[in-house]
Amino acid sequence: MPSLRGRQLVNKKVAAIINKYDADKGQLISILQDIQAEFHYLRKEALTQVSDTMGVPLSQVYSVATFFKAFTLKPRGKHLVNVCLGTACHVRGASKVLEQIERSLNVSRGETTNDFKFTLETVNCMGCCALGPVVKIDGEYFGQMNAGKVDSLLARY
Amino acid sequence: MLQKLKSKQDLENLRKKIVAKKEEGKPLVTVCNGTGCHASGSVAVIEAFRQEIRREELTDKVAIKATGCHGFCERGPIVVIQPGDIFYQQVKVDNVPQIVGETIIQGNVIDRLLYVDPATGKKYVHPSEVPFYRSQRRIVFGNNGEIAPDNIEDYIALGGYSALAKVLFDKSPEQVIEEVKKSGLRGRGGGGFPAGRKWESCRNAPGEPKYVIANCDEGDPGVYANRSLLEGNPHSVLEGLLIAAYAIGSHEGYIYVRNEYPLAVENATIAIKQAEESGFLGKNILGSGFDFIVHINRGGGAFVCGESTALMASLEGRVGEPRAKYVHTAEKGLWDKPSNLNNVETLANVPLIINKGADWFTAIGTEGSKGTKIFSLVGKVNNTGLVEVPMGMTLREVIYDIGGGIKEGKRFKGVQTGGPSGGVIPESMLDMPVDFDELTKAGSMMGSGGMIVMDEDTCMVDTARYFLTFLEEESCGKCVPCREGIKRMRQILDDITEGKGEESDIELLERIAATLKDTSLCALGATAANPVLTTLHYFRDEYEAHIKDKRCPAGVCKALIRYYIIDEKCVGCRLCEKACPVEAITFMGKKKPVILDQSKCIKCGICKDVCKLEAVGVK
Repeated sequence: MPSLRGRQLVNKKVAAIINKYDADKGQLISILQDIQAEFHYLRKEALTQVSDTMGVPLSQVYSVATFFKAFTLKPRGKHLVNVCLGTACHVRGASKVLEQIERSLNVSRGETTNDFKFTLETVNCMGCCALGPVVKIDGEYFGQMNAGKVDSLLARY
Repeated sequence: MLQKLKSKQDLENLRKKIVAKKEEGKPLVTVCNGTGCHASGSVAVIEAFRQEIRREELTDKVAIKATGCHGFCERGPIVVIQPGDIFYQQVKVDNVPQIVGETIIQGNVIDRLLYVDPATGKKYVHPSEVPFYRSQRRIVFGNNGEIAPDNIEDYIALGGYSALAKVLFDKSPEQVIEEVKKSGLRGRGGGGFPAGRKWESCRNAPGEPKYVIANCDEGDPGVYANRSLLEGNPHSVLEGLLIAAYAIGSHEGYIYVRNEYPLAVENATIAIKQAEESGFLGKNILGSGFDFIVHINRGGGAFVCGESTALMASLEGRVGEPRAKYVHTAEKGLWDKPSNLNNVETLANVPLIINKGADWFTAIGTEGSKGTKIFSLVGKVNNTGLVEVPMGMTLREVIYDIGGGIKEGKRFKGVQTGGPSGGVIPESMLDMPVDFDELTKAGSMMGSGGMIVMDEDTCMVDTARYFLTFLEEESCGKCVPCREGIKRMRQILDDITEGKGEESDIELLERIAATLKDTSLCALGATAANPVLTTLHYFRDEYEAHIKDKRCPAGVCKALIRYYIIDEKCVGCRLCEKACPVEAITFMGKKKPVILDQSKCIKCGICKDVCKLEAVGVK
């Protein structure tokens, strides 16, 4: 649980994000996206605050937050490793790349390492299909990956 | 702050001014900065050009432009130099001083950076000669390479927004709809529904306000044409949306973009701001009295949100679940008001049709499918990237003439079109002309234009399983046939790929597939069985090999394959021994082949990846 000051700060930032969209209910997804971009995950207090301020039932906020892939309710690690599993990457061996990352980090897809250094996620297409298999770490793309290149890539972080 | 244009004449004057400025003939360095080239390091290359040009004190004499996607993503970063139209590929930061010194200052071509056709060994200087581009017809996509997406002037210089001015001042909404109907333009997002008819039913639907929506939720894995369009030429999409709005009588619109496309979101946001400042959006557009505003909404990463009712639910801030379409969205869509949804590629075609006329458009393509289509040609093909071809070109021409054939001289097996709702088309049908109707006849579909090429190393059972795994995750879970049927089919395919398949499985798959088709609530479920049905139809022997012989002919399904060392090729370099995560490989001394212990091997394939001598085989 963050300190009282920490909570107040979170509270203020969430309020600012909601204000940016004039608490428009149609922008719920965008608001949650911005909150997630700020804190790297959707914490319970933030969802409650969104519900209270915008007059959207918490159940609806929760259903949106759990329906869409972009959202996570669990804290993420320092580096976000995204493995593309799109068709083009798949036929070029993306699953072997994913398995090697899972072995190297000792986590399964969707999990975070114990030291909170890496979170491993998969995505169904990043639109870099010509370069597949593609791995994205913190927004930087690495194309033409194979299982053999995984360890040296991860060692850079 | 841009100049606000208040009339058609203002726009014409501005265009003349921009063109006159451009004709001064400064050398121009164009660097592709689409997501593909971005991933290959284009940002560093652009920065290197800026620095080098500054160092050579040429800042005022040479222009640099970071453009949208040129399509040939495999060869990125791509650089085109004017004058001379010189095409350099796979440009690295280290090449930049040489390009500035030799090409820009002295006008010489650097041989080493040119594209070499792997088939013939021939080198090409100009992009138009490169086989990848030569057979394309880039009417929608071609301007990407000329335009800096964050600069509205580039778009205006090429005639941008003149189609908007034309409809606002010279055409009634009915005339616009008539023109689009006459052009035969069909929806590029999946179903291929005629755009003009869609507009007409939305215009005629009772209720105000009406909404227009551009769909850039390109969720098909392996497809990125929409992204490159919105990212590289956002104003063409905006102009199409504006014309649709005028025709329908709408004053508010949305662009729905996948959140996985950050650059597209950024460029579209800039474009909207510039269009507002210039007077193409807002109140009294170009002094015509027509008002229109547009919002950007980012998707949350759900494939089903490409479906119109699910997309609209998501725009309302709800979970993206589709509803049954007894009442069409043209009548009751977003907030229960008449709403029109078009794919971004469809919209980008609209300004062209208005400017050049329906007759020009219908001259391209086939009887039932007019115009061009952008395909994302990816997978096991030599030249991967985005290609725009006239409807009706054969698969063979696309894959061999433009795509340069199959990688590493392997044998072609099939091409998957239409994403997870489509199917795999076999070698025997390579001469099929590609259009909406032919693809549907073959059991596949156009979808949003994916063309994923598969070779002898691709397992068709695994491919079908891959799509079902995808669809199982993406099914919203609202209707039972889709939620349970896809899961059950995936389980059966899991069994088959693990060597636990039974002969009755094929029939069971076909029965579930038929149920899904008949009873699912939306197209996601209704088409979900297509990848299974087409692979069963065209590649039944592969299913049988898995089930009866417990063998994966392509060497993909882990439970049915094993890796082995090809002793004649192995020199004992120890690369694989070091890489093996489970110490299954034993070094036997220099120049002696290593030994792979099958009992320890987990079939991760790393040994094969790291081996430089191709001494690891799989069977």
